[in-house]
Amino acid sequence: MKITELFERGEFVVSAEVGPPKGFHVEHLLEEAKTYLKGVHAVNVTDNQSSVMRLGSLAMCKALKDEGLNPIFQLACRDRNRIALESDLLSAAMFGIENILCLTGDHTKMGDHPQAKPVFDLDSVSLLHTVSKLEEGEDLGGNKLVGEPPKFAKGAVVSPCSDSVDAQLAKMERKVAAGAEYFQTQAVFEPEKFIKFMEKAKQFGKPVQVGIIIPKSAGMVRFMNNNVAGIHVPDEMIEELKKDPEKAKAGITGVEIAARIIKECKPYCQGVHIMALGWESKVPELLKAAGI
Amino acid sequence: MLITELKAREALMPLVEGKKVFIINCEGCKEVHFPGKEAREFQKELADAGCVTGTITTDYICNPENMELRLQNHMEEIKAADAVLVFSCGVGVQTIANYLEDKKVYAGCDTYPLPGFQGVTPLEYKCDQCGECYLNLTGGICPITACSKSLVNGQCGGSKDGMCEVDNTMECGWERIYRRLAQLGRLDVLKCPTQIRNFATDDEI
Repeated sequence: MKITELFERGEFVVSAEVGPPKGFHVEHLLEEAKTYLKGVHAVNVTDNQSSVMRLGSLAMCKALKDEGLNPIFQLACRDRNRIALESDLLSAAMFGIENILCLTGDHTKMGDHPQAKPVFDLDSVSLLHTVSKLEEGEDLGGNKLVGEPPKFAKGAVVSPCSDSVDAQLAKMERKVAAGAEYFQTQAVFEPEKFIKFMEKAKQFGKPVQVGIIIPKSAGMVRFMNNNVAGIHVPDEMIEELKKDPEKAKAGITGVEIAARIIKECKPYCQGVHIMALGWESKVPELLKAAGI
Repeated sequence: MLITELKAREALMPLVEGKKVFIINCEGCKEVHFPGKEAREFQKELADAGCVTGTITTDYICNPENMELRLQNHMEEIKAADAVLVFSCGVGVQTIANYLEDKKVYAGCDTYPLPGFQGVTPLEYKCDQCGECYLNLTGGICPITACSKSLVNGQCGGSKDGMCEVDNTMECGWERIYRRLAQLGRLDVLKCPTQIRNFATDDEI
């Protein structure tokens, strides 16, 4: 099902993310997804996330769909040129995958193959434009597609707590112009920044799902503060995680923090996107704690 | 402009060790910086070991007619060598390899682009000669060379404290572009149609 239909119905749309493994056995991951993510509307599958080579997003989407889950196919522009991206979009349509998320992608230098050629033939905006063209029955080369054109719910990302939020908003506007129908955000730890961002972003009239990471430990969030763009975890939260290491290790503190952020942001957005980063098992209790 | 750097010893020695070589140096071209001192030191070492059958040092070895005449004067020395070792940019090596098609021709240098053009002191401004100048849409700051991903539709999510995720000593190019356009009162330029790069442009000249 297209998640745009859920937004139209006024649902508070919940999605969660799974990262394919560096190998081809996905039974465990599927089992986890079936157990813990049954309650979410859609499941994002990352595309060689952080430029680390893994099993493909499209194949994992198909496997999830076969298990009755609703996948969101993430496509990054780092590893494929326009021909390969368009081809994979048609393949996705053939598999009945209805949701996509278009990203530029991290640079190859950030991952585990720093010597690889970074492609970036297209970027997130021109990829959205390309999907819009495919939906009109024409590829980016101007050639007609044979038969029924594909139709996707076209998603994009934005970084609301970035220190260059105005440049992010300008890019968001270009994504909307290129066909983006919904947005998922980088992880938010500062609800007040997110709310300010939404005041400006609501002019574009597109649903936004607030991005949530369940913080696992003080070490993890300090690492994110130093290394991950667009994420800043405030000192009070780091202290909260430090206070009772056992409680943090069990995930109780993280779920409390994440639930609090969701509750604060919920009145200002149209959904939540949970990046569990291996803590998929915590998703049900997080949603419960957040009152969703 | 280009800069040539002597290849690593470990890369060069297996090509020449115990063999006879003829050496060609290309010097004097205004477009290319040549590692003269390092190249001569390495060549002296080879000569002292009795490996060198002859040497030409000249400019513009990329000019085939000129080079053909010069090589003809050294054909005996070239024939006596197992390989020809060329210290030049990649164009020079290809010119020699094409003319001496029966000979092993090796590059002694690696070639890298250098910012700036002939007549201009190398500066931080870079031009990739991409054939579709974006400067009019970006406040005069080149998104192809100022952005690590050469993005043409705006900033990615990878800037942290205004710096690029790929190189934290490099300011985010799109942050610079946004700031410049804001300063010029031209943020409306960012509402231009989706830009799609045309990698076929250089074929059409």
